[in-house]
Amino acid sequence: MHHLLPVLVAVPLLGATVLVACGQRLPRVVAETLGCAFAAGTAGLAIVLLLNASPPLTEWVGGWTPVGGESVGIVLVGVGPGLGMAAVASLLTVAALAYSWHYFDDAPRRHAGSFPALMLLFQGGMCGFAIAGDLFDAFVFFELMSVVAYALTGHRVEEAKAVQGALSFGVLNSLGAYAVLMGIGLLYARTGELTLVKIGQGLDRHGGPDALTLTAFALVLTGLLVKAAAVPFHFWLPDAHAVAPTPVCMLLSGVMVELGAYGVWRIYRTVFSGLAVIPASDLERALVVLSVLTAVVGAVMCWYQRHVKRLLAYSTVAHMGLFLIGIGSLSPEADDGVALYILGHAGVKTALFACTGVLLDRYGSVDEHALHGRARRLRGVAVLYVVSTLSLAGLPPFGIGLGKAVLEESVGGPLTVLFVAVSAVTAGAVLRVATRVFFGLGTQPGDGSSYETTGIREEPETRHRLSRVPDTMTAVPAVLLVASLAVGAVPGFAAAVGHAMSGGAAPSLHWTRGRLLLGLTSTLLALGLATLAVTRSKPLGEPSWMAPLRRLQSGHIGDYVAWMLVGTTLLAARALPGILNG
Amino acid sequence: MSVLPYLVAAWVFLVGCYGLATSRNLIHAVGCLAVCQSATYVLLLAVGYRDGGTAPVFSDLKPGSRPVVDPVVQALALTDVVVGATVTAVLLALVLQISKRHGTVDPDELSELRG
Repeated sequence: MHHLLPVLVAVPLLGATVLVACGQRLPRVVAETLGCAFAAGTAGLAIVLLLNASPPLTEWVGGWTPVGGESVGIVLVGVGPGLGMAAVASLLTVAALAYSWHYFDDAPRRHAGSFPALMLLFQGGMCGFAIAGDLFDAFVFFELMSVVAYALTGHRVEEAKAVQGALSFGVLNSLGAYAVLMGIGLLYARTGELTLVKIGQGLDRHGGPDALTLTAFALVLTGLLVKAAAVPFHFWLPDAHAVAPTPVCMLLSGVMVELGAYGVWRIYRTVFSGLAVIPASDLERALVVLSVLTAVVGAVMCWYQRHVKRLLAYSTVAHMGLFLIGIGSLSPEADDGVALYILGHAGVKTALFACTGVLLDRYGSVDEHALHGRARRLRGVAVLYVVSTLSLAGLPPFGIGLGKAVLEESVGGPLTVLFVAVSAVTAGAVLRVATRVFFGLGTQPGDGSSYETTGIREEPETRHRLSRVPDTMTAVPAVLLVASLAVGAVPGFAAAVGHAMSGGAAPSLHWTRGRLLLGLTSTLLALGLATLAVTRSKPLGEPSWMAPLRRLQSGHIGDYVAWMLVGTTLLAARALPGILNG
Repeated sequence: MSVLPYLVAAWVFLVGCYGLATSRNLIHAVGCLAVCQSATYVLLLAVGYRDGGTAPVFSDLKPGSRPVVDPVVQALALTDVVVGATVTAVLLALVLQISKRHGTVDPDELSELRG
């Protein structure tokens, strides 16, 4: 079985090559079918591997097996979490390709294969990153998926906003990746190893933490947190998500940023968690502080947006903060909770982006104020939107609700309150959009802050503005929503996720009365907030302290880079006291 | 083994970041990103250096006769160059489009996305 691991990366790359080579001569239907077939084949393979992942699969590519414990080969490791991420990435790629089926705008220069080929490359990069067993290959796959993501974000090259967002995305993420590479160089200098497990053992042998390990740790973490959009590394995300084509947004928000969080988890667990390399309390302190900030900033910015895609992007930032709190709390229950949460979130967030894409292609706008009451006739989409929103808040028995409740119980204390508040605010904001756009409730709001990005006059992504919504564009979000429901509602699924995470039995991953109550609380709060916002716009209007927060998101690459350096310094400084005392 | 190459690597990385943060031209910014990446080449090659070592090419060298530098980091640096070329190409293409659509490559004048 382990011989199949490299195939997981090879199939999408092969598919992309075929599409690029023959795309010009293929009719569009054939090219898109081929793309879907390759993506679906990879997804099937990922699921088969996932089901056979215990004991863990290890493959030395090309037969470069270690000799006497030493190796210069490339190792791929198939464990539950990694293969799970690969499976989610692959399934979402299939969904995104199905969503863009036949209706998506013609590719530039009439090359029917270019868009599906890029999507397949993206899928290959994500799968590779998920199963890479050594740090350098993780970096290479990280860059592969990033570069393809920049190209996909700026795919509509005629759009002024799209190319600007793609450039911020590109500069920030590449700079983060180079920081990771500096860190990898330092770790190699210390241990002479590149495989994750061996670096961990090498650091253990060397004993306590010192400046070099700490610097490497801060650098590696910087790059991954840029990908995971933690504050203050998050600025690229709203800019990129607001402008990327909808199928690409689905992948970016649904799985790519989560892969950053997965990277943090994996690298801390295998490399730095050894005997006193970086003490657990230091990581917890550094990560939890940043994550709480991320969750709060994401939620506040989410509430005060009118551009629907940006609003959803900020909600992703807020939820990333919650995932990172779970990862930073370093307990097995929290890990199980985060896994369920990510699964549920992937389905729901992609469904929301898919529905927003319908609005864009039907009305040529994604502005909450301009769309007020205009989408009354889209009943099916309205139902999907509202149900997605409620499950985003944690409505039982959706997967998000279960994952979040498990996480809330495991972190405890004030953090539980934060979880409930953040999910209520973000879901409340999306619900506010839904009630205004689909039901026309409340009065049409006036102009907001002059500084903000509005969503009016956006170009539809389809060839023409849609007069009726094609079935694929509604079927895909519906299926994703059902999948997200199944994560939490199908008995035994959550336990299987727990088993894949830890390899052992997961004792308590099911709905209990307390968890139901937590889910219902945040759902009701979200409903209340949305009602309040729609009926009385005054008390929830924009306060004066929002202006500086808004101005931070300036769209200026230089500012974003400066913030990234601040973040790296903070990361190193937060972990410093442990080193000095130790 | 001197500490100088490591200081150079850190300095090159930081000076690249400074250039990015203060850039008034997006082509210059992409160049600065390439400068940051050059720091990784310096670091990797410094890590693999051995005193008195020569290139690890064994066509005219008897294995074990004299020290050689670490070939692994050289392979890494080579891969890194390829990655860097790809990134720079994509980003420059985006800058070209920005210049066409916005009519400027000054990041201070791009105000489509904010808030």
